[in-house]
Amino acid sequence: MSMLHTVNKSPFEKDSLTSCLRLSEDGSSILLIEDGIIAALEGAATSDAIKEAMKTKKVYALQEDVNARGLQGKVIDGIEQVDYTGFVKLVTEHDKVQSWV
Amino acid sequence: MSETKKFLYVNRRAPYGTIYAWESLEVILIGAAFEQDVTLAFVDDGVFQLVKGQDTAGIEMKNFSPTYAALGDYDINKIYVEKESLEARGLTIDDLQHLVWEDEDEDWAEKDSIKVVTSAELAEMMGQQDVVLSF
Repeated sequence: MSMLHTVNKSPFEKDSLTSCLRLSEDGSSILLIEDGIIAALEGAATSDAIKEAMKTKKVYALQEDVNARGLQGKVIDGIEQVDYTGFVKLVTEHDKVQSWV
Repeated sequence: MSETKKFLYVNRRAPYGTIYAWESLEVILIGAAFEQDVTLAFVDDGVFQLVKGQDTAGIEMKNFSPTYAALGDYDINKIYVEKESLEARGLTIDDLQHLVWEDEDEDWAEKDSIKVVTSAELAEMMGQQDVVLSF
Protein backbone atom coordinates (compact mmCIF):
# COMPACT_ATOMS: atom_id res chain seq x y z
CA MET A 1 0.00 0.00 0.00
CA SER A 2 1.74 3.19 -1.11
CA MET A 3 0.76 6.46 0.48
CA LEU A 4 1.14 10.04 -0.69
CA HIS A 5 1.35 12.53 2.16
CA THR A 6 0.75 16.23 1.56
CA VAL A 7 1.92 18.94 3.96
CA ASN A 8 0.59 22.48 3.47
CA LYS A 9 1.70 24.25 6.64
CA SER A 10 4.98 25.98 7.41
CA PRO A 11 7.17 23.83 9.68
CA PHE A 12 7.91 27.00 11.66
CA GLU A 13 4.25 27.55 12.49
CA LYS A 14 2.76 24.10 12.91
CA ASP A 15 4.01 20.61 13.65
CA SER A 16 2.28 19.04 10.63
CA LEU A 17 5.60 18.19 9.00
CA THR A 18 7.04 16.69 12.19
CA SER A 19 3.98 14.49 12.61
CA CYS A 20 4.04 13.50 8.96
CA LEU A 21 7.70 12.49 9.14
CA ARG A 22 7.09 10.52 12.33
CA LEU A 23 3.96 8.76 11.14
CA SER A 24 4.77 7.98 7.53
CA GLU A 25 6.16 4.63 6.47
CA ASP A 26 9.43 4.08 4.66
CA GLY A 27 8.84 4.03 0.94
CA SER A 28 6.01 6.53 1.08
CA SER A 29 5.98 9.88 -0.70
CA ILE A 30 5.70 13.35 0.79
CA LEU A 31 4.57 16.31 -1.30
CA LEU A 32 5.14 19.80 0.13
CA ILE A 33 2.54 22.33 -1.01
CA GLU A 34 1.45 25.90 -0.16
CA ASP A 35 3.33 27.12 2.96
CA GLY A 36 4.59 23.55 3.36
CA ILE A 37 7.26 24.25 0.72
CA ILE A 38 9.12 26.29 3.34
CA ALA A 39 10.35 22.91 4.62
CA ALA A 40 12.12 22.40 1.28
CA LEU A 41 14.56 25.25 1.93
CA GLU A 42 18.27 24.48 1.98
CA GLY A 43 20.13 25.81 5.03
CA ALA A 44 17.01 26.21 7.16
CA ALA A 45 16.60 24.89 10.69
CA THR A 46 14.31 22.22 9.24
CA SER A 47 16.71 21.01 6.52
CA ASP A 48 18.30 18.20 8.51
CA ALA A 49 14.96 16.58 9.36
CA ILE A 50 13.91 16.59 5.71
CA LYS A 51 17.27 15.26 4.54
CA GLU A 52 17.03 12.44 7.08
CA ALA A 53 13.54 11.57 5.81
CA MET A 54 14.80 11.59 2.23
CA LYS A 55 16.94 8.53 3.01
CA THR A 56 13.83 6.38 3.23
CA LYS A 57 11.04 8.46 1.65
CA LYS A 58 10.60 10.37 -1.59
CA VAL A 59 10.09 14.10 -1.09
CA TYR A 60 8.49 16.41 -3.64
CA ALA A 61 7.70 20.14 -3.65
CA LEU A 62 5.04 21.90 -5.73
CA GLN A 63 6.91 24.16 -8.12
CA GLU A 64 4.14 26.75 -8.44
CA ASP A 65 4.21 27.34 -4.67
CA VAL A 66 8.02 27.53 -4.62
CA ASN A 67 8.01 30.13 -7.40
CA ALA A 68 5.19 32.16 -5.84
CA ARG A 69 7.34 32.68 -2.75
CA GLY A 70 10.49 33.54 -4.69
CA LEU A 71 12.31 30.47 -3.39
CA GLN A 72 13.44 29.08 -6.74
CA GLY A 73 17.05 27.90 -6.46
CA LYS A 74 16.85 27.47 -2.69
CA VAL A 75 15.31 24.01 -2.65
CA ILE A 76 17.33 21.13 -1.17
CA ASP A 77 19.04 18.98 -3.81
CA GLY A 78 17.16 15.74 -4.22
CA ILE A 79 13.71 17.19 -3.60
CA GLU A 80 11.89 16.75 -6.87
CA GLN A 81 9.82 19.72 -7.96
CA VAL A 82 6.54 18.87 -9.66
CA ASP A 83 3.93 21.11 -11.26
CA TYR A 84 0.15 20.78 -10.85
CA THR A 85 0.07 18.08 -13.54
CA GLY A 86 2.76 16.23 -11.61
CA PHE A 87 0.67 16.60 -8.45
CA VAL A 88 -2.27 14.88 -10.17
CA LYS A 89 0.07 12.18 -11.49
CA LEU A 90 1.40 11.52 -7.97
CA VAL A 91 -2.17 11.17 -6.67
CA THR A 92 -2.98 8.60 -9.34
CA GLU A 93 0.24 6.66 -8.75
CA HIS A 94 -0.43 6.18 -5.05
CA ASP A 95 -3.17 4.13 -3.44
CA LYS A 96 -4.13 6.76 -0.90
CA VAL A 97 -3.53 10.39 -0.01
CA GLN A 98 -3.13 11.66 3.51
CA SER A 99 -3.30 15.42 4.04
CA TRP A 100 -1.44 16.78 7.07
CA VAL A 101 -3.40 19.99 7.36
CA MET B 1 -5.99 64.84 17.51
CA SER B 2 -2.74 66.23 16.13
CA GLU B 3 -0.61 64.02 18.33
CA THR B 4 1.58 61.64 16.39
CA LYS B 5 1.70 58.13 17.75
CA LYS B 6 4.21 55.41 17.13
CA PHE B 7 2.57 52.54 15.26
CA LEU B 8 4.25 49.18 14.88
CA TYR B 9 3.01 46.52 12.47
CA VAL B 10 4.30 43.04 13.32
CA ASN B 11 4.27 40.62 10.38
CA ARG B 12 4.77 36.95 11.22
CA ARG B 13 3.19 35.00 8.35
CA ALA B 14 4.45 33.89 4.94
CA PRO B 15 2.56 35.33 1.95
CA TYR B 16 -0.07 33.45 -0.13
CA GLY B 17 -0.72 30.47 2.19
CA THR B 18 -2.86 32.72 4.37
CA ILE B 19 -4.31 36.21 3.87
CA TYR B 20 -2.45 37.84 6.79
CA ALA B 21 0.42 39.30 4.74
CA TRP B 22 -1.84 40.97 2.22
CA GLU B 23 -4.25 42.24 4.89
CA SER B 24 -1.36 43.75 6.80
CA LEU B 25 -0.06 45.53 3.71
CA GLU B 26 -3.51 46.98 3.01
CA VAL B 27 -3.88 48.25 6.57
CA ILE B 28 -0.35 49.72 6.46
CA LEU B 29 -1.15 51.64 3.28
CA ILE B 30 -4.47 52.90 4.63
CA GLY B 31 -2.81 53.87 7.90
CA ALA B 32 -0.07 55.71 6.02
CA ALA B 33 -2.62 58.36 5.04
CA PHE B 34 -2.95 59.39 8.69
CA GLU B 35 0.68 60.52 8.94
CA GLN B 36 1.60 58.55 12.02
CA ASP B 37 5.10 57.37 12.91
CA VAL B 38 5.04 53.93 11.33
CA THR B 39 7.48 51.06 11.83
CA LEU B 40 7.24 47.61 10.26
CA ALA B 41 8.71 44.45 11.76
CA PHE B 42 9.11 41.21 9.87
CA VAL B 43 9.74 38.21 12.10
CA ASP B 44 9.27 34.43 11.94
CA ASP B 45 7.71 33.42 8.58
CA GLY B 46 6.93 37.11 7.99
CA VAL B 47 10.43 37.49 6.52
CA PHE B 48 9.20 35.57 3.45
CA GLN B 49 6.99 38.53 2.56
CA LEU B 50 10.05 40.51 1.52
CA VAL B 51 11.79 37.77 -0.49
CA LYS B 52 12.55 39.00 -4.00
CA GLY B 53 11.68 37.16 -7.21
CA GLN B 54 8.14 36.13 -6.23
CA ASP B 55 6.25 34.76 -9.24
CA THR B 56 2.63 33.89 -8.52
CA ALA B 57 1.51 33.19 -12.10
CA GLY B 58 1.37 29.46 -11.38
CA ILE B 59 -0.94 29.76 -8.37
CA GLU B 60 -3.15 32.38 -10.04
CA MET B 61 -2.96 34.80 -7.12
CA LYS B 62 -2.06 38.48 -7.15
CA ASN B 63 1.66 39.06 -6.60
CA PHE B 64 1.53 41.92 -4.11
CA SER B 65 5.27 41.93 -3.36
CA PRO B 66 6.02 44.88 -5.75
CA THR B 67 3.86 47.04 -3.45
CA TYR B 68 6.51 46.94 -0.70
CA ALA B 69 8.73 49.04 -2.97
CA ALA B 70 6.14 51.84 -2.79
CA LEU B 71 6.26 52.10 1.01
CA GLY B 72 9.10 54.64 0.85
CA ASP B 73 6.81 57.04 -1.03
CA TYR B 74 4.41 56.87 1.92
CA ASP B 75 7.19 57.87 4.33
CA ILE B 76 7.40 54.33 5.66
CA ASN B 77 11.12 53.78 5.88
CA LYS B 78 11.67 51.97 9.16
CA ILE B 79 11.46 48.33 8.16
CA TYR B 80 13.08 45.92 10.58
CA VAL B 81 13.80 42.27 9.79
CA GLU B 82 14.83 39.95 12.60
CA LYS B 83 18.24 38.41 12.00
CA GLU B 84 17.40 35.22 13.90
CA SER B 85 14.30 34.62 11.76
CA LEU B 86 16.30 34.99 8.53
CA GLU B 87 19.01 32.61 9.75
CA ALA B 88 16.56 29.91 10.85
CA ARG B 89 15.21 29.90 7.30
CA GLY B 90 18.56 29.85 5.49
CA LEU B 91 18.00 33.38 4.21
CA THR B 92 20.14 36.54 4.18
CA ILE B 93 19.33 40.17 3.43
CA ASP B 94 20.51 39.51 -0.14
CA ASP B 95 17.44 37.30 -0.62
CA LEU B 96 15.17 40.25 0.16
CA GLN B 97 13.97 43.09 -2.02
CA HIS B 98 16.14 46.20 -1.90
CA LEU B 99 13.72 48.76 -0.48
CA VAL B 100 14.68 52.43 -0.44
CA TRP B 101 13.29 55.86 0.46
CA GLU B 102 14.32 59.39 -0.47
CA ASP B 103 15.41 61.71 2.33
CA GLU B 104 14.12 65.21 1.59
CA ASP B 105 16.39 66.66 4.28
CA GLU B 106 19.42 65.43 2.39
CA ASP B 107 18.55 66.50 -1.16
CA TRP B 108 16.39 63.39 -1.70
CA ALA B 109 19.28 61.03 -1.17
CA GLU B 110 18.22 57.41 -1.60
CA LYS B 111 18.56 55.40 1.59
CA ASP B 112 17.92 51.79 2.56
CA SER B 113 14.62 51.13 4.32
CA ILE B 114 15.35 47.60 5.53
CA LYS B 115 17.49 47.07 8.58
CA VAL B 116 18.36 43.62 9.90
CA VAL B 117 18.23 43.66 13.69
CA THR B 118 18.76 41.13 16.47
CA SER B 119 15.95 39.83 18.67
CA ALA B 120 17.19 42.00 21.52
CA GLU B 121 17.21 45.14 19.37
CA LEU B 122 13.73 44.35 18.08
CA ALA B 123 12.41 43.73 21.59
CA GLU B 124 13.71 47.12 22.68
CA MET B 125 12.12 48.82 19.64
CA MET B 126 8.79 47.10 20.34
CA GLY B 127 8.84 48.45 23.86
CA GLN B 128 8.97 52.02 22.56
CA GLN B 129 5.72 51.86 20.57
CA ASP B 130 2.34 53.37 21.39
CA VAL B 131 0.29 50.95 19.28
CA VAL B 132 1.19 47.45 18.09
CA LEU B 133 -0.82 45.72 15.36
CA SER B 134 -0.13 42.02 14.75
CA PHE B 135 -0.64 40.05 11.57
